[in-house]
Amino acid sequence: MPAKDNENIEIQLLLEAIYLKYGYDFRSYARASIKRRILHMLSLSGHKNISEMQHQLLYDTDFFDKLLLSFSINVTEMFRDPKFYKSIREKVIPVLKTYPFLKIWHAGCSTGEEAYSLAILLKEEGLHEKSQIYATDFNEVVLKKAKEGIFSVDRIKEYTSNYQKAGGKESFADYYTARYELAKIDNSLKKNIVFADHNLTTDSVFGEMNMIMCRNVLIYFNKELQDRAINLFHNSLAHFGFLCLGSKEDLRFSAHKDDFEEFVAKERIYRKRG
Amino acid sequence: MKSRTDKSILNFEAVVIGTSAGGMNALQVILKSLPRYFALPVIIVQHLHPNSDDYSARILNDSCKMIVKQANEKEKIGPGVVYTAPPNYHLLVEENKTFSLSIAEREKYARPSINVLFETAADVYGAKLIGIILTGANNDGSEGLKRIKEKGGLTIVQDPETAEVDSMPRDAIAATKVDYILPLEQIGPILRKMSQKQEDG
Repeated sequence: MPAKDNENIEIQLLLEAIYLKYGYDFRSYARASIKRRILHMLSLSGHKNISEMQHQLLYDTDFFDKLLLSFSINVTEMFRDPKFYKSIREKVIPVLKTYPFLKIWHAGCSTGEEAYSLAILLKEEGLHEKSQIYATDFNEVVLKKAKEGIFSVDRIKEYTSNYQKAGGKESFADYYTARYELAKIDNSLKKNIVFADHNLTTDSVFGEMNMIMCRNVLIYFNKELQDRAINLFHNSLAHFGFLCLGSKEDLRFSAHKDDFEEFVAKERIYRKRG
Repeated sequence: MKSRTDKSILNFEAVVIGTSAGGMNALQVILKSLPRYFALPVIIVQHLHPNSDDYSARILNDSCKMIVKQANEKEKIGPGVVYTAPPNYHLLVEENKTFSLSIAEREKYARPSINVLFETAADVYGAKLIGIILTGANNDGSEGLKRIKEKGGLTIVQDPETAEVDSMPRDAIAATKVDYILPLEQIGPILRKMSQKQEDG
């Protein structure tokens, strides 16, 4: 085996240390992206090298919390990929309407924008009252933000445009109250969402869902961890439940590809086989 | 017999290209001059509107002999193929020479970011990488090209005089002592030469 340079050795050791000390497992994440985030944190920390930073990580929990926040990529928006939401509305909702009660899991919800988008969609389709959305993330800081449902007013224009492209039926302004620089999501949308802590790398099944949405999370995992997560989703879905992935995430190369059929292939909407 | 240095310079494994405004035309000129079985993978970040689809890859594919496709996550990087970064995703090179994608924050207002591709590719390919900056309107790519140079890779910048928009090439030249500053038409031929030397050697 060729000798690795120090930086790569240090990164491996750091991820091991984080797992042993704090229980968060980033060892099976795609390495290039995590490396970039570690090096960014290193440049902010003032430490000379990663080994030095590792010492602080082990002894200083606040410092670890900062690193953890930088590890979870919290770039999100309401109705991200409007075409995806349009497909949900036009293709998936008619099926969901035939069920007496709906359980939906949004894994990797970050600061909640997509969970609220889904709530809006369900409301407009008359499904809100009989749905329960479980929105989970491994990061408590972002979960807290998600629960608050407060967004920057700067983004409203973009969200409104997304909402319209996604086939929105009402006026998007009905769903938030703006005050100064902040927009607060309408309380009625929060009623059926439970925000909870769940880690796809270490936690287990989250039972009997009719639909699971997990978008732009699997791209950060290596192949083995991707397969673990997809297996977890498979076991958490009811028969004929829907699995919705990000626009560049694909089951074609997964070990579990035969457990699902393509429902709207282009939008990465799959359905569990019976 | 070639000297050691000679060999390490010539033994290239990949080409990365970064461009923004005016990039479509510039890329077509370069790709047109490459043969169907070009010995190296060519990996491209072109700044595009976040909601654009794969039209850029399709147009490029129709205008050259090599296969042009959008890069998929976990895809093995192979010779003779041109890969483009999907709109609204960063494209990264992993140690095992596969791609990964990320929706992390924009860098220099860009996602995909040229720096992200160039820096991760430089980490993996080291001296066996050729980095090229073409026409473009901002300064994304300069730091990435610098990293390629630091790792011993070969750096090429389109002559700003021949660029549709010159700020990206100018910034790259200011940031690094680049190996070649070339008019657009000469970039394809030098790539052929580099890859042929490798095949002959």
